[in-house]
Amino acid sequence: MTGAGHGGQVVSDLPAETFAARLAGPGLGIRMGPFHTRVQVGVPAVQAALYRFYGAHPVVADDDVFSFHVKLAPTRGLPLVHRPRVRFSVDGRRPHEDMPLAQALPVFEWGLNLVVALRCYGFLMLHAGVLERNGQAMLLPAAPGDGKSTLCAGLAFRGWRLFSDEFGLLRPGSTDMLPVPRPVALKNGSVEIIRAFAPAADIGPLTRNTRKGDVAHLKPPADAVQRQHAPAPAALVVFPRWEAGAAVELEDLSPAEAFMRLAVNAFNYELLGEAAFDTVRRLVEGARCFSLRYGDLEAAAEHLGALADGEL
Amino acid sequence: MAADATRVMALLKQALLAPASVTDLAAPDLDLLIRSARRVRLLARLAVEFQSAGVFDTLPLVARDQLHGTLVYAEARARLTRWELDRIAWALADAPPSPVVAMKGCAYLLLGLPKAASRIMSDVDLMLSEAELEAVEKRLNQKGWRTKPLSPYDDHYYRRWTHELPPLAHVERQVEIDLHHNLLPVTARLKPPAEPLLAAAVAVPGSPYRVLDGPDMVLHAMVHLFYSDEMADKLRDLVDIADLLGHFAAEDAGFWQRLVDRARLLGLERPAFYGLRYARQLLDCPVPEPILAAIASWGPPAPVRRLMDRLTTDALYPPHPDEDAPAAVVASRRLLYARSHWIRMPPWLLTYHLGYKFFVTRVRRQRPPHRPVPG
Repeated sequence: MTGAGHGGQVVSDLPAETFAARLAGPGLGIRMGPFHTRVQVGVPAVQAALYRFYGAHPVVADDDVFSFHVKLAPTRGLPLVHRPRVRFSVDGRRPHEDMPLAQALPVFEWGLNLVVALRCYGFLMLHAGVLERNGQAMLLPAAPGDGKSTLCAGLAFRGWRLFSDEFGLLRPGSTDMLPVPRPVALKNGSVEIIRAFAPAADIGPLTRNTRKGDVAHLKPPADAVQRQHAPAPAALVVFPRWEAGAAVELEDLSPAEAFMRLAVNAFNYELLGEAAFDTVRRLVEGARCFSLRYGDLEAAAEHLGALADGEL
Repeated sequence: MAADATRVMALLKQALLAPASVTDLAAPDLDLLIRSARRVRLLARLAVEFQSAGVFDTLPLVARDQLHGTLVYAEARARLTRWELDRIAWALADAPPSPVVAMKGCAYLLLGLPKAASRIMSDVDLMLSEAELEAVEKRLNQKGWRTKPLSPYDDHYYRRWTHELPPLAHVERQVEIDLHHNLLPVTARLKPPAEPLLAAAVAVPGSPYRVLDGPDMVLHAMVHLFYSDEMADKLRDLVDIADLLGHFAAEDAGFWQRLVDRARLLGLERPAFYGLRYARQLLDCPVPEPILAAIASWGPPAPVRRLMDRLTTDALYPPHPDEDAPAAVVASRRLLYARSHWIRMPPWLLTYHLGYKFFVTRVRRQRPPHRPVPG
């Protein structure tokens, strides 16, 4: 069985036309952290976008076991009568209504998030960005709107290895964070913020008026993808909150407080039950926990870098 | 294409009957097995079978992660179901109606049947005498359970023509509760009397609930599969039947004969015929020869029987997840769907009901509420 991703074939080893043909036809296996995703896409613009954003991801052999088989296909309707839409399906089932064709790329990315959240109950899934520095992982658990994705994207260009901007993933019983590097969905104002903050960032076209506003995707740094098989122990838990004009403020959190905030933040805390309780307990006991208020991305990145390097 | 569907069938049957053989599967077959089992809600069941057979840990990590995930889900559903049963018992404790019978998955959980923990629970099904139904609904309403929002037509339809009240759920929880007064709608062709079912129900030690007596429980599972809803993808329900038959037959040497007698008494000969026939044909359930002989005359005429053989196989097993189902399978599933309505209501009511549903979904464009089923 292949697909470990150490020096094997990666997406960009295939010619773009081959990649597109595979997605349009039988599908192609792509390894994303612990997940083997078999991808079929019938929308040319999305084929091109995935070739760009998943270029460094390992290809999973066809004759392997997959975590999910996902498919994005334009729906047939009467021209002029029906507006063109796309259908996202997983293993032949549709988890939600068809969506406007113009939003195909975000629909695909959110569809994948949904499949992970609705299916991978064996992992503890925190709603958190995760990055690594000096071999140690930092969790950034947050609610939507707290600037989690922006902070993740920024830190990925200031000496941190990106694990995920969405899923703090671990196997119950361990506090090692598992990388699942994928494109980062930047929303509204953060697109320009990251462009200015990291001119080297590869950011895709803007999709307007999605259910989360305007969205553009950031390609995960190649190094983050090449090392996606290497977990790191959780050493820092930082609950970030962005506030316009706020100075950087890092405040200690007691393990008890951090525990409560992490438990409500997990996608599947109740579902996993006792194993989730035990894992979150070990997490907050083994990591230093803080809340962070910030207004300026650069200042926050400097502060968190210093924290991880032991200078604070 | 048909070959693919046959492959799905062979893989599922083999995994259910000889779980240790999963280690011989090539990865693409294992992949297809996992996808198909998930679709028919049997993945958690397979996970437990693989564990008992001692082969779970030999499977590739990506497969183990999926099996583990679905086990976590099944355990969580069982926990929620137990808690809901506990809360309902609490709500009714001051003046317990007699008796409250837990049905289907809830009964299997309360009895601690060996495979119950890996069965993905959906609703809480309870049966009461019809006379007590409304009073119990009122008391549950007072303690926080509410009828889920329904159109006046649907609400009326439930109360007038079915054997259950519109589903209830507690305001703080999502588990759906169905309160029944019989096994089948009042309009159905088969009319099993409720009194003997309630009278024979047995107490569960350490619980305020009762469960149907063994033969009745099996007959209910058979009625449920062959005489109520759609049969598409319901392989799990046939597995339930085979499990229950195996369990009660091992417990009680007189079980098979009691089953036959009971089916006759309740007028459930035809569902018993189908249940025993397909549990034996499709899942190798060891039904004793004398029992088969005793029920041989309970089936439909030979041409209908051959048709049902074909339709049942096409419906219970899932189609290949990547292929459109072959036309014959689609036709089978549509025929069975039509049959499920035909046997549940008289023609005049069926015409009225389907006419109304057509008007609502096609003309007024209201889709029926969609319930997503993760796991």
